[in-house]
Amino acid sequence: MIEIRNISKSFSGRSVLNDISFTFETGKTNMIIGESGSGKTTLLKCMVGLNEINNGQILYDGRSFTELDFKEKKDIRKEIGMLFQGGALFDSKTVEENVVFPLSMFTDLSESEKRDRANFCLQRVNLSNANNLFPSEISGGMKKRVAIARAIAVQPKYLFCDEPNSGLDPKTSIVIDNLIKEITEEYNITTVVITHDMNSVIEIGDHIMFIYKGNKHWEGSKHEILKTDNPEVCDFVYATQFMKDLKTKF
Amino acid sequence: MKIFFHFGRYFILIKRAFGKPEKISIYISRIFEEMNLLGIGSLGIVAIISVFMGAVITIQSAFNFESPLIPLYAVGVAVRDSMILEFSPAIVSLILAGKVGSSIASEIGTMRVSEQIDALEIMGINSAGYLIFPKIIASMLFNPILVVFSMFLGILGGYVFGLMSGVVSDYEYVYGITYEFHPYNVVYALIKSIVFAFIIASVPAYHGYYTSGGALEVGRSSTKGVVYSSVLILAFDLILTQLLLV
Repeated sequence: MIEIRNISKSFSGRSVLNDISFTFETGKTNMIIGESGSGKTTLLKCMVGLNEINNGQILYDGRSFTELDFKEKKDIRKEIGMLFQGGALFDSKTVEENVVFPLSMFTDLSESEKRDRANFCLQRVNLSNANNLFPSEISGGMKKRVAIARAIAVQPKYLFCDEPNSGLDPKTSIVIDNLIKEITEEYNITTVVITHDMNSVIEIGDHIMFIYKGNKHWEGSKHEILKTDNPEVCDFVYATQFMKDLKTKF
Repeated sequence: MKIFFHFGRYFILIKRAFGKPEKISIYISRIFEEMNLLGIGSLGIVAIISVFMGAVITIQSAFNFESPLIPLYAVGVAVRDSMILEFSPAIVSLILAGKVGSSIASEIGTMRVSEQIDALEIMGINSAGYLIFPKIIASMLFNPILVVFSMFLGILGGYVFGLMSGVVSDYEYVYGITYEFHPYNVVYALIKSIVFAFIIASVPAYHGYYTSGGALEVGRSSTKGVVYSSVLILAFDLILTQLLLV
C-alpha cells in the first residue's frame, strides 16, 4: 500500500500540486486521471522520488520515503517497477538484455537463470521471438510489453505506469491495460496508473483519483465515476460524443 | 554567478559518478565496452591525422631551416619534440574532444530526454556511476595509449614523407629524433593525456546528463560539451606545461 499525505509541489514559485492525499491499495489498479497539464505525471515523479516534494509525506507500506536516507530510498526503489510513457528501453540493448538488466544489477542469478527469468517475463507479456531485436526494431505496443516485462522481472511490490497506452491503437491499448490488471492481481502489486483515457479507466480502474488544476478533485470507483455529478469530472468523463450518447442512453 | 552553479553541479555529479558501484563486475565490463567504443573506435582518425601532421612538420621544418648553420637533423628534433610535447597529447585530445565528446554528450543527452536515465534511477541504480564512471576510466586508460600511438605514427609519417620528398636524409632524420632525447618529455605528455582524458569524458557527460527538452537540446548539449571541453583542454595545457616543464 502507498499512502500520500498532503503533498505539495511547486516549480519556481508556480504551484503544481496542492495538498494531495490518497491511498493506493495493494492488489488493485489505482488510477490517477485528469486533463493534460493537471499535475498527474508530476505527482507520479514525486512519488518515485524523481521530483522532490515541498510538503507532505509518502509512505510505502508505512515507510516514509521522504524521511529515508539515500541508501534506504535506493532499497525501496528496488521494489518499484515503472512503465514509462515512451517505454524508456535501453536503445543499446536487445529486448532480452533489457529484461535481464535489472536481474544482472541486483541478483546473483547465473546467466542461464537470468535468461530463463527474462523469457518467462517476456512470455508473460505475450512476447516471444523478439529476444534479439533492438527497441528501434519493434512496435510501440511491443516496447510497452517489453517495459512491463522489465518492470516485473525483479518481482516489484509497486508498479507505476505513466500513460501506458498513449500512442497505441485501441486493440493494443486493451491488451496492455488487461496485462497490467492481470499482473497486479497475480503478484498482488500496488499499481498506480496515470491516464487520460476513459476506456482504460472503465476497463481496469479499481480506485480512481481525479486531479484538477493540481488539486485532488474527486476519488471513487469506476462505477461511481459514471454516476458522479461533479461538473469537472463530468466534463472529463463525458468529453467525447460517444460517452455523451452513452450517458443519455443509460 | 552561473559559472559557480555549473562548477558546483559538475563536482556533485563527478562525486556521484565515483560513488560505490552496485555491482563491480558490471562496471568492469562497461569499462571494457567503453574502451572499445571510445578508444579503439578512435584509432583510425588518430592514425590518419598523426601521420599527416608528422609529414607536414617535417616538410615545413626543412623549408624553414634554410641557414647552413642549422644542421638538417634539426628536422628530426623538431618533429620529435612537436609530436611528443604538444601535438600528440594536446591536439589529439582536442580532436578526441570533438569526436568522443560529442558522442558522449549526445548519448547521455538522448538517454535523459527519452527517460532512460529516470528508468535507471527508479531501478535503484546510480545512473551517474553506471553511465559516466566507465567512460571516464576508459578514457583515462586509453587516451595515453592513443597518445603514444600518435607519437609513433607522427614520427614515422615524418620519416616516410621526409625521405619521399627528399627534404631530409635517412641518417639525418634518425639522428635527429634520437638527439638529446629526454624521456621525461614522454612522461609529461602522458600526464597531460590523462588529465585531458578526464576532461574529454566528464565535461560532455555533464552537459549530456543535465539535458532537458528534446532533440534540439541534445544537439545543443553536444555542442556545449565539445566547446567547453576544448577550452578546458587548452587551459589545462597551459597550466600543466607551466607546472611540469618550467
